[in-house]
Amino acid sequence: MSMVPTLLSVENLSKSYGGVHAVRSVSFELRAGEILALIGPNGAGKSTCFDMLNGQNMPDSGRITLLGEDTVGRKPRAIWRLGVGRTFQITATFPTMTVRENVQVALVSYGRQLFNLWGSTAAYARGEAGRLLELVGMGAYAERPCGELAYGDLKRLELAIALANQPRLLLMDEPTAGMAPRERIELMRLTARIAREQSIGVLFTEHDMDVVFEHADRILVLNRGSLIAEGSPEEVRGNPQVRAIYLGEGLVYDARHREGAGA
Amino acid sequence: MRRRHLLGAGLAIVVAGMAGNAMAQSEIKIGEINSYSLLPAFTEPYRKGWQLAVEEINAAGGINGKKLVVISKDDGGKPADATTAANELVSSEKVAMLAGTFLSNIGLAVSDFANQKKVFFLAAEPLTDAITWSKGNRYTFRLRPSNYMQAAMLVEEAAKLPAKRWATIAPNYEYGQSAVAVFKKLMSEKRPDIQWVDEQWPPQGKIDAGPVVQAVASANPEAILNVTFGADLVKLVREGNTRGLFKGRSVVSFLTGEPEYLDPLKDETPEGWIVTGYPWYDIKTPDHDKFLKAYQAKFNDYPRLGSIVGYQTIKAAAAILAKANSTDPEKLIAATEGLSMPSPFGEITFRKIDHQSTLGAFVGKTALKDGKGVMVNSVYRKGADYLPSDAEVEKLRPKD
Amino acid sequence: MAFYFVQFLTGLASAASLFLVASGLSIIFGVTRIVNFAHGAFYMLGAYVAFTLTERFSGALGFWGGIVVAALIVAAVGVLVEMVLLRRIYHAPELFQLLATFGLTLMVQDIVVLIWGPDDLLGRRAPGFRGAVDFFGQNIPSYDLFLIALSPIVLGILWLLFQRTRWGVLVRAATQDRDMVAALGVNQKWLFTSVFALGVFLAALGGALQIPRDAVHHALDLRIIVEVFVVVVIGGLGSIIGAFVAAVLVSELNAFGILIFPKISIILVFLVMAVVLIVRPWGLFGKPEAAARRTPGLTVNPWRPLTSGERLMSIGALALAAMLPLFAGNYALTVGSEIAIFVIFAASLHFLMSVGGLASFGHAAYFGLGAYGVAFLAKAAGLPMIVSLLLGPLLGLLGAAVFGFFAVQLSGVYFAMLTLAFAQIIWSIAFQWVTVTGGDNGILGVWPDNWASSPASFYWLSLGIAALVATVLRVIVFSPFGFALRATRDSPLRSEAIGINGKRVRWTAFVIAGTTAGIGGALFAYLKGSVFPDSVGISLSVDALVMVLLGGVETVSGAVIGAIVFKAANIWLVSQTDLSKLVLGGFIVLMVVAFPKGIVGTLEALRNRRRSTDTKSALATSRVEVAE
Repeated sequence: MSMVPTLLSVENLSKSYGGVHAVRSVSFELRAGEILALIGPNGAGKSTCFDMLNGQNMPDSGRITLLGEDTVGRKPRAIWRLGVGRTFQITATFPTMTVRENVQVALVSYGRQLFNLWGSTAAYARGEAGRLLELVGMGAYAERPCGELAYGDLKRLELAIALANQPRLLLMDEPTAGMAPRERIELMRLTARIAREQSIGVLFTEHDMDVVFEHADRILVLNRGSLIAEGSPEEVRGNPQVRAIYLGEGLVYDARHREGAGA
Repeated sequence: MRRRHLLGAGLAIVVAGMAGNAMAQSEIKIGEINSYSLLPAFTEPYRKGWQLAVEEINAAGGINGKKLVVISKDDGGKPADATTAANELVSSEKVAMLAGTFLSNIGLAVSDFANQKKVFFLAAEPLTDAITWSKGNRYTFRLRPSNYMQAAMLVEEAAKLPAKRWATIAPNYEYGQSAVAVFKKLMSEKRPDIQWVDEQWPPQGKIDAGPVVQAVASANPEAILNVTFGADLVKLVREGNTRGLFKGRSVVSFLTGEPEYLDPLKDETPEGWIVTGYPWYDIKTPDHDKFLKAYQAKFNDYPRLGSIVGYQTIKAAAAILAKANSTDPEKLIAATEGLSMPSPFGEITFRKIDHQSTLGAFVGKTALKDGKGVMVNSVYRKGADYLPSDAEVEKLRPKD
Repeated sequence: MAFYFVQFLTGLASAASLFLVASGLSIIFGVTRIVNFAHGAFYMLGAYVAFTLTERFSGALGFWGGIVVAALIVAAVGVLVEMVLLRRIYHAPELFQLLATFGLTLMVQDIVVLIWGPDDLLGRRAPGFRGAVDFFGQNIPSYDLFLIALSPIVLGILWLLFQRTRWGVLVRAATQDRDMVAALGVNQKWLFTSVFALGVFLAALGGALQIPRDAVHHALDLRIIVEVFVVVVIGGLGSIIGAFVAAVLVSELNAFGILIFPKISIILVFLVMAVVLIVRPWGLFGKPEAAARRTPGLTVNPWRPLTSGERLMSIGALALAAMLPLFAGNYALTVGSEIAIFVIFAASLHFLMSVGGLASFGHAAYFGLGAYGVAFLAKAAGLPMIVSLLLGPLLGLLGAAVFGFFAVQLSGVYFAMLTLAFAQIIWSIAFQWVTVTGGDNGILGVWPDNWASSPASFYWLSLGIAALVATVLRVIVFSPFGFALRATRDSPLRSEAIGINGKRVRWTAFVIAGTTAGIGGALFAYLKGSVFPDSVGISLSVDALVMVLLGGVETVSGAVIGAIVFKAANIWLVSQTDLSKLVLGGFIVLMVVAFPKGIVGTLEALRNRRRSTDTKSALATSRVEVAE
């Protein structure tokens, strides 16, 4: 285990809003090539946790070490420069550009050409953009307006964008939210394949327990801001505390498993 | 089919052009510019004035037998639009001269345009001293008595007042600033003993009258100089009246006796202000009677000062064109310099030295009569008597 | 001491009308999200109608009844406007709403002159409130005391209305979340109409109550609206308490400002507004907006560079334009130069708006700075034209760099307001700092050197620079920077997440746009031979917005066409009619409602529709194949 470097290490992360503890002393680590799921019922603190890792939110206390650097207080764009790709619960892409241009912008930023006033974006890293699109199965859509894409395709495009800076770590917030069941599985298979091939660490939050249990190497369970369980899918599945929470919530994952229903 | 249409249209244009040329032979065009849409309260009477003049001139046989035509343009109160209009008048309409303008900045813009394009310009209403002095040029003449002249007329009366502590209220832009500066300079020359205890500079058109009145009152002056006009003046007078600012204090005020500014004050007109203006109801000279009768007959309305200025602008332009018997700007300038002519206010002369006309103004006191503001005890002051010496003017005006 | 107290009371009295109008604007914004530029026009209408009624009906009842009935009549007009005009543009970007209501304001200015004549009108004093009350030797007008008492009463009534009635609850709910109220089955249409009516009623009441203090005239609207904008921005859009506090603050600033800084009191207010916007963009009592609306765009068609055919056509059009001196007269050439200059100006704003999604309401500031820059260099330093033309726009660059730094911290309406405030500050300086700028009388004698003085050569110069600027801006649109800028507009979240420093990118765009506008201004100074404060003024800023809109916000170079059509129409209109404001205002309103895509945008949409019907079936099949 120790041969694989630690990408992300979180120590005693806490955040509260007006006396309500959104995240309470959370610690965990993530290694290269590992796929880690962060789950928990609504309001458990997943999003707050995620936002702090991503630089959109300042923790009250605790440490976040990403690739050896302390990232607390850094802006999202600075964290991205460290090698972190990001996808959002509701896709965030550039609707007035073509699919290829969406990826090219990310490549422009990665190549530090943002303030180049004279070059042609159309010609910039055209091949690399095409390769990334092929990787996520969007090659045929390269010249389509992004605004016309179906939701599932947008998710795949977002993945391509997130891969543009050759990330070491992917942060994916509910990557399959709003997708049809078959698309969910395809997208996560794709993500997992890329992560393993390129040895990228993946941290994702997810409501769909099928997705979680099929793809995660390890699972973190948050409840009311605290980490209540951590371990392999089997360990977590058997954890009575976790079961109690999900039963209490009225959400039984194995029931959902059978029906294959959406979130 | 389409080609025939085009041909027809082309022919029509050619024919119209020829007709235009033929007409141009027998008429003389003057290009007129003013802020009709921005300042209708001042420019409507002005327009009526010049319309009356055009009618009279053409009824009397035109200018050396040619019909006088005035082509009038709106500048929307913007100097840039005024230059566009001037350009259109000169380049497309081929007018013999430019005339008009009300606002000082537009007068200056057109004057500078005239100087650059070598076109004769007769500025009608702008008051700024710059137009004949610091920024004067050989192509520009001005009809109305300038800021300096109005100040000098007022100072003559103000200096007779016992008041030693003076405050000023003026709109915060070039006109207000230079009016106060000239008044202070001339006044201090005549009365070295006076003190200037407060000055208020409300933004033009946006006076917050209550605080201004309160602030002036707190300085406790014996006399006040006012330069505000229009809606600002109305607010100032109303607040001043209710707060008793004018009680026991002398007030000297630019232009307030002009019907344009006095009439809106109605029954709130403050009494006893020393003002320059135009008491049309009180002028008993044959020249003015003739004008007044003709004006009232044509428009069924009484004249404002703008009516006089509009009327005399075109009368002067006609006199100039008649004397020069040419539309060549150089000949027009030569004809205008030193030219004397009658006006409703008596004879006036365009001075050679600075191109200012000697049209004067009436100085009197405000009073209330039948719930309306009027000027009483008014005396006509000839413009020629209120201009600095030639030596001083030489220094003020750039060499041509 | 008594003096300061009375000065304070006087400030409070001035605050009353300001509060009435501002609270109306705030309420309307809170629910409909429309920044109603026409609010000043309703204020003015209130004063005019009240004047007519109070002149007609005598006695105390006639006066007070007249005031209230006037406000009701104007509110009815407001309802009509809401139903006929605003309902069509609730979902349009905020800029369109600002423009449409601005067009309305222009129309009303001409309409009141047509109805009530051009003269300033003096209304009656309020019965029972004619005199003054003596306070330790200082006089306080009793009508001021009435006004001072009135505003807390109105505030109280509004508070009761919003807290204690079902209607008020709905309004508050709608202010929080519009869609939620719609989902609850409330008739949103009538909720909006009634809110608009209330807002207009308050504005008209504010105007009507001024007739014992002010003269009624046709410039009242612009005088109040700018101040009201300042008040609601300081207080917080949508907050009535904020409007109250800010109205008092602004009025007291005026009242005491004239004692301490008699010459710059006007700038003081804008400075305070700018500081508030920078420190607390949503105002003292406002709440941060959840998320600014994404872009001023309506469609999502990606831009593409010109095809070689289109490029040839553009060059052909340029060549044709260059041949104008062969057959046109001097006037046409001067108009041509002016149009070319406005192409530069409009293109610069278009770059900021369309690519950057930043709708500046004070873009004339940088145009004017370029013009003043040239005037200083040519007149004060006596530099030759070519040097002044090159260096003059640097003043625009400098201004854009300083003001832009603060402006790009904000977005949406707040960005528009801050740019407006900055432009007003620059205008005030140009207008009042007579020793340097010549004030209102401007700087004269900025004429071109001999080589460019003939109308034809100046035309070629302007045309050449305009073509160059349009081309360079187009290149930048398709450059990496242009894409980065569009990225920040399309999705601030995503662009930050791919390492784009949005503020720095937008700041750079602001500087580019400001400098380009400065180039236009520099040429303009030479065209007109003079520079005046109105080249920094609001109306020029609005002209630029209309040009961009007319060409099409979502096009790459629509502003070029927009500027040509607008400027030509404008010059023609001003030359032909005294009612240019009525016609222009009507034109703006019509355009926003009927052709929100603008000329070029509409043409492109037509072409795209034709193209997409051809390709749709093909795409559909290929899509299925990929999915399989």
